[in-house]
Amino acid sequence: MAKMTYIKAITSGLDQVLSDDPKTLIFGEDVGKNGGVFRTTVDLQDKFGEDRVFDTPLAESGILGLAIGLSLTGWRPIPEIQFMGFTFEAMDGIVGQLARDHYRFGGQKNFPVTIRTPFGGGTHTAEMHADNLENYFVSTPGLRVVTASNPYDAKGLVISAVESDDPVLFMENLKLYRSMKDEVPDDKYTVPLDSAKVVREGTDITLVAYSAEVNEALTAADALAKDNISAEVIDLRSLSPIDTDTIYASIDKTHKVVVIQEAQRMAGVGAVVASDIAEDKIMSLDAPIGRVAAPDSVYPFAQAENDWIPNSDDIEAKAREIFNY
Amino acid sequence: MANGSKQIVDFAKIKATMADPYKHPVQVINGDGKVVDPDTLAKYSDDQLVDFMKKMVWERTLHEQTMNFSRQGRLGFYAPTAGEEASEMGSVTAFKDQDFLLPAYRDLPQMIQHGTTVAKGFLWSKGHVSGNQYENPNMLFPQIIIGAQYAETAGVALGIQKNGDKDRVAFVYTGDGGTSQGDWYEGINFTSAYQAPAVFFVQNNGWAISVPRKKQTAAETLAQKAVAMGVPSVQVDGMDIVAVHEVAKAARDFAVAGNGPVVIETLTYRYGAHSSAGDDPSRYRTDEETKPWFDADPLIRMRKVLTDKGVWSQDQEDKLVDQYKDEFKDAMKEAEAAPAQKVSDFLKWTYNVPTPAVKKQIAEFEAKESK
Ligand SMILES: Cc1ncc(C[n+]2csc(CCOP(=O)(O)OP(=O)(O)O)c2C)c(N)n1
Ligand SMILES: [Mg+2]
Repeated sequence: MAKMTYIKAITSGLDQVLSDDPKTLIFGEDVGKNGGVFRTTVDLQDKFGEDRVFDTPLAESGILGLAIGLSLTGWRPIPEIQFMGFTFEAMDGIVGQLARDHYRFGGQKNFPVTIRTPFGGGTHTAEMHADNLENYFVSTPGLRVVTASNPYDAKGLVISAVESDDPVLFMENLKLYRSMKDEVPDDKYTVPLDSAKVVREGTDITLVAYSAEVNEALTAADALAKDNISAEVIDLRSLSPIDTDTIYASIDKTHKVVVIQEAQRMAGVGAVVASDIAEDKIMSLDAPIGRVAAPDSVYPFAQAENDWIPNSDDIEAKAREIFNY
Repeated sequence: MANGSKQIVDFAKIKATMADPYKHPVQVINGDGKVVDPDTLAKYSDDQLVDFMKKMVWERTLHEQTMNFSRQGRLGFYAPTAGEEASEMGSVTAFKDQDFLLPAYRDLPQMIQHGTTVAKGFLWSKGHVSGNQYENPNMLFPQIIIGAQYAETAGVALGIQKNGDKDRVAFVYTGDGGTSQGDWYEGINFTSAYQAPAVFFVQNNGWAISVPRKKQTAAETLAQKAVAMGVPSVQVDGMDIVAVHEVAKAARDFAVAGNGPVVIETLTYRYGAHSSAGDDPSRYRTDEETKPWFDADPLIRMRKVLTDKGVWSQDQEDKLVDQYKDEFKDAMKEAEAAPAQKVSDFLKWTYNVPTPAVKKQIAEFEAKESK
């Protein structure tokens, strides 16, 4: 076991799947010689050759078309969309084509594509580089969407994503790339694609979050603990499908819940989680479902983003409000 | 088919000759500072040539000063422009205030020439939305999404045509990488279909971050791609400001006369990193590769022409550099003095009429902000 950053853990997972399956291919803008603009695919072209890890012309719709066509000829594509904001260029490829194709063939053919893409605020990028756009994809039947909040899950999830015969959108939080280190096994392991995880146990209130907001929720839980409020923190990991069993088991214990997301209130997956809870667990709740989200503006220019992104203080305040309801 | 029999079509020959009209990029002053087209140069007064040089010194100094600011952490995302002065200043100076500019992120220098301030450019880079509030209404913000501005150019050009504006065009920039986007083709094709007035620039600086030009397409030139859309095009030495300006002016005249759009590929080079956000060119290109481009520097060759004419001196240039540096430092101070952005403010810009949810959020943030 070695201490690994989030980004190294992803690289390690990609190295693993390239070694395991000669039909896997990595391609996208700058992923080859440059190893990606964040170096997520660093050294992989040297190790596996330009046949397996290669640069494409600059066009996201082309990248998705390539992935679908390669699936049709027996390959297991791992395209990168350099930033999630550029998935819009590939929207037809992802939503109009890829997600529907297994159904369209009456289940005859598989499209085992893993789209990797960085997202997430707080690092002062240029516009369209930080938005949480999961909303567009979790409402797309046929596509799985996963995102890790820590290095261990990042490696295990990327391996599962590539091994899955369903198309998977693998969202990489760019603020976490180098800000987090964890014990990560060098050997192969997987994290299931459809399971949430209790990352901190508690008895008084459940905090449901994903990606970077999991760490904000953990910080909030520390603060709440000082006042003897015991918060249980759940990392969704899978945004589509949602693992409601894990959430419901927690609510049966705490009877109070706050759902947290970095995306705007009208986006993200908080509304989906809240509506599931309302439908299935309302009798188990002692307080309304709390929500923490960014306000409904366009994702702001860099200088203002940290006033806008929900942080541990916002989570703590909402948790106290729901706890004291 | 029998061996040696004549084929109905010779694809190999077609492929080999497709780039024939593009064998000789337009040039007035070559890489050694030698005037290869004296007739064209003679059309320009000394004052005009000196003005070109001043603009290039201005842009080079802006580049150097922004690199300093970046190192000091005083700018956000910034795309270095050194090497592209002739391409950028030679082109933008061929347009008029009423022409509509659609720039990309590497085109701040043209934007400042066309109708904003250096301080606003810095605010944009710092991630402050007031950087996008311009003096000249005929301008879009620096487009981050590669290709989007090309598709939008069709609309601006058609709008100009429908308004009956006679002396007005749209002009737009992208890079070599940008020519691979669907939007690139769609924008040119739409404009051509409507025969609307636009000039499309491709600043081919050799690289799309780490991806070399030759990996974008097997086409020998980017200019020739325009042919498929019924649009005339040209390759020009993008390190030669007179050639770029001459071609840009001719393109504007052609478009304004109702002949439809033109595509111009400027052959230039990005001396520095792709952006201030951590790109390291030594990962993907060698000094051997870059040296000929540094030797072909647009300022060196213009300096030589003007010095030979006796209208330029090093002393004069040094003074200009100092003057520009001071201007840029003042602009930075102005940018740094801008009031912080408020979430309640930009919530108000989400919709003209705030939705109930947005209204509630504005009130929440106003309460927070007044604390
Ligand atoms: C739609 C889209 N895809 C990818 C990017 C990321 N990106 C920013 S600049 C760039 C390379 C652009 O190269 P080129 O068009 O040659 O312009 P240059 O930067 O060289 O001026 C890439 C891939 C982007 N901004 N937008
Ligand atoms: Mg380029």
